[in-house]
Amino acid sequence: MKFGILVNEGPYTHQASDSAYHFTAAALRAGHEIVRVFFYHDGVNNGTRLSVPPQDDRNVSERWSALAEEHDVELILCVAAAQRRGLLDEDEAKRAGKNADNMAPGFQISGLGQLIDAGIQADRTVVFGD
Amino acid sequence: MSVLHIVNKSPYDRNSLDACLRLAQPDSAILLIEDGVYAAIPKASASERVQQALNNHQIYALQPDLQARGINPDNLIDGISLVDYDGFVKLTTDYDKSQSWL
Amino acid sequence: MATKKFLYVNRKAPHGSIYAQESLEVVLIAAAFEQDVSLAFVDDGVYQLLQNQDTGALGSKNFSPTYKALGDYDVSKIYVEQESLEMRGLGKDDLMPLVYEDEDDDWAEKDSIHVVSSSELADIIEQQDVILNF
Repeated sequence: MKFGILVNEGPYTHQASDSAYHFTAAALRAGHEIVRVFFYHDGVNNGTRLSVPPQDDRNVSERWSALAEEHDVELILCVAAAQRRGLLDEDEAKRAGKNADNMAPGFQISGLGQLIDAGIQADRTVVFGD
Repeated sequence: MSVLHIVNKSPYDRNSLDACLRLAQPDSAILLIEDGVYAAIPKASASERVQQALNNHQIYALQPDLQARGINPDNLIDGISLVDYDGFVKLTTDYDKSQSWL
Repeated sequence: MATKKFLYVNRKAPHGSIYAQESLEVVLIAAAFEQDVSLAFVDDGVYQLLQNQDTGALGSKNFSPTYKALGDYDVSKIYVEQESLEMRGLGKDDLMPLVYEDEDDDWAEKDSIHVVSSSELADIIEQQDVILNF
């Protein structure tokens, strides 16, 4: 089956992102296809490469990046939500005249249409949030 | 099959479980995850509502979330089934759609 | 493109958190995809539709007038749960009037807001293909 995943919360404060990760990993193990993981609201904070969690804790954004690399999973941050919260890729940073970008590998910035498109394409859409 | 309702909040903090029970049709299922698993503990003030709901709904609790919170999976309200993440995925395929009570 | 039934479930009050505002942004974008869209307002979500919201003193964006534009985006199925209104001492008159023009009825202006009982809303949830919660 094809799955679309929506993540509405950032890492560490809420469990939502962890739940979404474990669900996505389990779905891939079971042989399902992940159409897209879409990050919205504070969920866009999952896409930073600048977080430095302590060694004895999981690294949430690196874990998503690894999943994207191993399974070719599309990780999309909503552009409007990302811009509000200071999550920028190289192009966005240039366009906004900022001197830094912070997008983790495997994440991409795109529009809200990608969420609706995931809902259309996927057989199941599962939402994780607060 | 119909809807898989996902509840992720403690019934003692938020009204998500009550909203779910009010708006879930008979034969839809309920999955307790994250802080939602606190609803699975017996002899609590929400237990009676959960027990009644078991007459109309299959109710599942996510084992890793119980374990993380020190809730004994052998001592849940009678009739609640345990699932792990693989079981969670399976439930979402068994039911046509999911509704997360955020 | 296949048409699916999308339901957006709103259970959070506006202004105290961003969920209501960003949820509305999704609905407006979704309109371009020509899917079958319904909105449900349940629990504190009903506060999103209250009249006379004014965020002037907060300096935050007052997005509440945007709900009135939903009709222009062909979003005309807005379900508000009766029990949620009653629990909060509210009635339909406390909500913004939301209307759309019915192209199948000589563009007659019609009410978009449908106040429904819990069991009616339970049926509506059951009929959807995709349910998005914010």
